[in-house]
Amino acid sequence: MRADLDPTLPARARAAVVATRVVNALSRRLGAGSGTVAGGHVGLAVDPRLLEHLAAGRRVALVSGTNGKTTTTRLLAVALEGSLGRVATNATGSNMPTGHVTALAVAPPGTSAVLEVDEGYLPGLVGTLVPEAVVLLNLSRDQLDRTNEVRMVSNRWRRALAGSHTTAVVANADDPLVVWAALPSAKPIWVAAGLSWRRDAVGCPACAGRVEFSGAEGGGWACACGFARPRVDVALDGDEIVLSDGRRHRLVLALPGRFNRANAAMAAAAAATMGVGWEESLRQIAAVGEVAGRFSVVEVGGCSARVMLAKNPAGWRELLDLVAPGERPVVVGINARVADGKDPSWLWDVPFERLRGRQVVATGERCRDLSVRLHYADVAHRTVRDEVAAVRAAWMAYGGRTPGGRAADDGAAFGSADVGNAGAADVDFIGNYTAFTGVMSRATERTCA
Amino acid sequence: MRVSLRVVVVHPDLLGTYGDGGNGVVLAQRARWRGIGAELLEATSDGPLPAGDMYCLGGGEDAAQAASAERLRADGTLARAVERGSPVLAVCAGYQILGRTFAAADGRPLAGVGLLDVSTAKGTGRRAVGEILAEPLFADLPVLTGFENHGGLTVRGPNVDPLARVESGVGNGDGTDGAVTGRVVGTYLHGPVLARNPALADLLLSWATGLSLEPLDDAEEAALRDERISAVRARHAGRGLLCLGRYARSVLGRS
Repeated sequence: MRADLDPTLPARARAAVVATRVVNALSRRLGAGSGTVAGGHVGLAVDPRLLEHLAAGRRVALVSGTNGKTTTTRLLAVALEGSLGRVATNATGSNMPTGHVTALAVAPPGTSAVLEVDEGYLPGLVGTLVPEAVVLLNLSRDQLDRTNEVRMVSNRWRRALAGSHTTAVVANADDPLVVWAALPSAKPIWVAAGLSWRRDAVGCPACAGRVEFSGAEGGGWACACGFARPRVDVALDGDEIVLSDGRRHRLVLALPGRFNRANAAMAAAAAATMGVGWEESLRQIAAVGEVAGRFSVVEVGGCSARVMLAKNPAGWRELLDLVAPGERPVVVGINARVADGKDPSWLWDVPFERLRGRQVVATGERCRDLSVRLHYADVAHRTVRDEVAAVRAAWMAYGGRTPGGRAADDGAAFGSADVGNAGAADVDFIGNYTAFTGVMSRATERTCA
Repeated sequence: MRVSLRVVVVHPDLLGTYGDGGNGVVLAQRARWRGIGAELLEATSDGPLPAGDMYCLGGGEDAAQAASAERLRADGTLARAVERGSPVLAVCAGYQILGRTFAAADGRPLAGVGLLDVSTAKGTGRRAVGEILAEPLFADLPVLTGFENHGGLTVRGPNVDPLARVESGVGNGDGTDGAVTGRVVGTYLHGPVLARNPALADLLLSWATGLSLEPLDDAEEAALRDERISAVRARHAGRGLLCLGRYARSVLGRS
């Protein structure tokens, strides 16, 4: 999506757009990166108000939260595209202003934009871009070596959104920290999107008291001070979305897992606030089979792996639930680079006990930390540091049948959680950020649903 | 030898930010693997602290740390358990609140639980974040490995011994890490510390049970320890060579 320069931009912004495009093209040509960050840096150096200029005249939606950003951004972009034409988006997950500059610098003037936003940058961008919709997914701990006070993030979101009178805020009613942030906004839309990790949510953001959760997930929550789960506008009931006026819409997804149904509900609710009907957006969303490689089936080390990304305890819980009913071997990859957080102590917040009885291989640069964790979880496993060798070892341990030469009914053995293309995979691979991208970069072939 | 052991993880809702709940898992499992019945209790801050045979406290955020200290002081169970000789392992924020005073978010000193003769103030420099290696100063333990992540500096009083001498990292801030009085052990090491240092876990278990424990097959832990210890020492050696190189260049440049 390369467009001519927008003649309505100020001269300085036009120069900045040219600089952004040239540097990104160079960076891609030199193989220095994905070509989304360097150009943004240069563009913002040329014109610090570049984002504001680029957003003028566009309909903008922002998506933020700890988990599900990239997927929900993609689903919302797809939902809008059917009605609004092409949508500018930072599909590669470059979710800081440099990435936003790049996404908008290549988009024709006037196209709508759906941008994934890092939690810390959201307040600034709400002021700069004046979005039509903001989607707030959830807030939980991530990257222990950085100071990570999720309550502080919630308060910063709250201040920014309270001042934005034209923005519809689509917010997860099951996460108290998200509700706290969205409550003073002019047009909150409450979605019962679930919260499987509650440990970061028990401290009441309103009074520092204690939030009590009643019953199972989605069963409501309240603090003695009166701060409580709002009445929801959108809820999930099995494979249906239920609106507060009683209307029901069938939700069919190629993406697996409860959390992706929640992401889809959030995306469709945001699309509805932007004028796209539920049936239309859910039809578009249904066809998405993988997002930036997540949940795709790739050829690695001579066999096929369904690859998944989890970055923190909340995300791992969701994915362990997803793979638990299956039978195929599970390869777990852990690195601890800057992008992952350099302290993998969070492994002890993840219920790896759920993998007991499975064929498990620990891999990645911090496979030793994972191995100790699995040992104490009574999960028998092997440890193979190289990720591709680990996938291969898991597959061999499982019988090592020829990829593609599997019996046709094998997919049926993997349980109802497997939908879309998953039935074709020999192993499941779950990695944290750089472990996941490492495997993706070494995959020889990629198939989509 | 069917001792039943109650391991209490104290306030995981307030002091559970850094994965230190794993220390409780390690203690309970190492007891069970030796045929000692063990029960792991997660004691959240909304109720009284239950009676137990050993207690673990972990790291947490500033406001949560203050709330936990207040509840532990009012509750009194932990102090009574220490009087009876129950072992306590306290990490990071948990270590700080067991002292006489610790720092609130704004730097104000707050009263601690008073089980260790230490006081913690807010540091003025950069937060200490990274791998830490420390040589234990008692009980013949092998070198301790962990990950520290704190802004506080801890000063020891006369009635407490340091846990270890820091080889690499910050710890208390005076070249030592942690503090020990009787069977109360404080440290800045996450990892969790007992997962990376099973010998310390076994020392606490032997205190709690009064038994001399047979060794376990710690192949996974040994591999992790080797990797972390050599990673820190290799980085140090690299830095040393770099300094030496710079020094040599400056000397040669001058002549």
